[in-house]
Amino acid sequence: MTAMTFTLIANPPERLDLSPLIPEKLAGMGRREIEKIRLGMSKRASTVADIFRVSGNDAQNIVFNGGSGRFDQVAAELTGGSVRVAGDAGSQAGRNMRGGHLVIEGSAGPHAGSGMRGGRLEIMGDAGERLGGPLAGELAGMNGGMLIVRGRAGTFAADRMRRGLIAVLGGSGDHAGSRMIAGSLVIAGGTGAMPGYLMRRGSIFLDRAPENLSPSFVECGAPENAFAALLDRHLVAEGILKLPLLGKAPRRYGGDNAVLGMGEILFPR
Amino acid sequence: MPGLTVNGVAIDDTFAEAFGMRATALVITGPNRKWARQAAITMTGFATSVIACGCEAAIDVELPESETPDGRPGCRVMLFAVSTDELQKQLLNRVGQCVLTSPGSACFAGLQGSAELKLGSALRYFGDGWQISKKLGGRHFWRIPVMDGEFLCEATTGLTKEAVGGGNFFVMAETSRKALAAAEAAVAAIGEVPGAIVPFPGGIARSGSKIGGKYKGMVASANEAYAPTLRGVVASALGPDINAVLEIVIDGETNDAVAAAMKAGIKAVTDLGPEKGAIRIGAGNYGGKLGKFIYSLKDMLP
Repeated sequence: MTAMTFTLIANPPERLDLSPLIPEKLAGMGRREIEKIRLGMSKRASTVADIFRVSGNDAQNIVFNGGSGRFDQVAAELTGGSVRVAGDAGSQAGRNMRGGHLVIEGSAGPHAGSGMRGGRLEIMGDAGERLGGPLAGELAGMNGGMLIVRGRAGTFAADRMRRGLIAVLGGSGDHAGSRMIAGSLVIAGGTGAMPGYLMRRGSIFLDRAPENLSPSFVECGAPENAFAALLDRHLVAEGILKLPLLGKAPRRYGGDNAVLGMGEILFPR
Repeated sequence: MPGLTVNGVAIDDTFAEAFGMRATALVITGPNRKWARQAAITMTGFATSVIACGCEAAIDVELPESETPDGRPGCRVMLFAVSTDELQKQLLNRVGQCVLTSPGSACFAGLQGSAELKLGSALRYFGDGWQISKKLGGRHFWRIPVMDGEFLCEATTGLTKEAVGGGNFFVMAETSRKALAAAEAAVAAIGEVPGAIVPFPGGIARSGSKIGGKYKGMVASANEAYAPTLRGVVASALGPDINAVLEIVIDGETNDAVAAAMKAGIKAVTDLGPEKGAIRIGAGNYGGKLGKFIYSLKDMLP
């Protein structure tokens, strides 16, 4: 059994919806059948055979050899198995994932991990805006699982997050953790203006003091914190960070008091 | 009665009789070893026997920083009770009153068992709405605000129905001092056995009992057969050279843990020898009809 590999033949001529190419949907399908799946989003209606050369037979283990900013909804609705993109991905990578493992070796577009409920999504490059966030009209963003961005995340990372863990290691844009409902957002490498903007509950863990914090966050001391040690050890054990993030007694700010005010921002002293 | 001796210590041809129990374990950490141990000692206080304490509890092992979830010094504590309901009640009362209250403490599950017992998921109400739920790596924690920061407590801990309570042996010596020396050696050796605790004061019981008594309502009363002062007036189990008997009672996570603890304890007593310690080792039983687990002393020898 070798990994089912979709090798990119040429740059896609239109935006693609790659959500049919997940282990659950491909299981038991023959190669001919797979090659006929429609991926194109325009009237051009490209099929798998127009875009990729298909090889391998292990549908639990899918590889996209080559990537593109036009690869939308990579591994959307994934429930198990693994998907790896050796290149970039477009918008909504890992959208509504419930399990399994998605690795994007390049960068991802906006709404990566949107509505995710479980599994692990790792983006080696950068992520676009609204990482893990809801689409227009949805009430909550990420709802479980683990989302790691090794590069930088755009604005509004973890928007309306409700559960799970997001770790951004290369810094983030403005309004990280905006409107958070609960869950944990880790940002190393600095964050933009107003982290935690209108967050109700939930936690934002930073590797340094934020430069531009909303005045609706209030100082809440820096007592010794066993949870910070637990989180640090978890992040190191998961291979997310090499060194502890918060230390033994991080500073705590509570907010956003413009709304419920039961969230927190923690960063080392 | 004695026929078998090891290193000059006579071994009775008898057996210990033990019972199935429900058990759970916790890992309690603190800002330093002193306070981790203090929280553990306080919550396992008044927990020598289920006869009147509700549960039997003690520190199982002390854990180095590298083996605790939060990287601080800790202790693994075990609790044993006769029913799941009683164990749950004792667990919440003891953690709530003794660990939550102890400076800088945190409390984690110490066992993955067949079922779960509530821990932080019940104690969180102390937070009065300010408690924070966190899930990390499949484990659920509660952070409860207290006056020195936060009490971090795992939501649940495991329950095992495989636990065994009441493994025991008697050390019999010519003097109280020698009996104590032998019993202390046994307790120290059992301390090295994972998954087994000795819940009595310092691990040693001097008032080993029989079931019932002549007075109405007494669940347990004096074991006159092993009381040296009654040697001449009752059908005594003691010979003329024995003036002190101490009992080591062992509770274990499994049958194997109790057996390992009995072996370690008996080896420590026989290694000490009759000059400094015990001249005879016995065990307590009820004729073998009540307990599910039987530990024959001759199978427990080094």
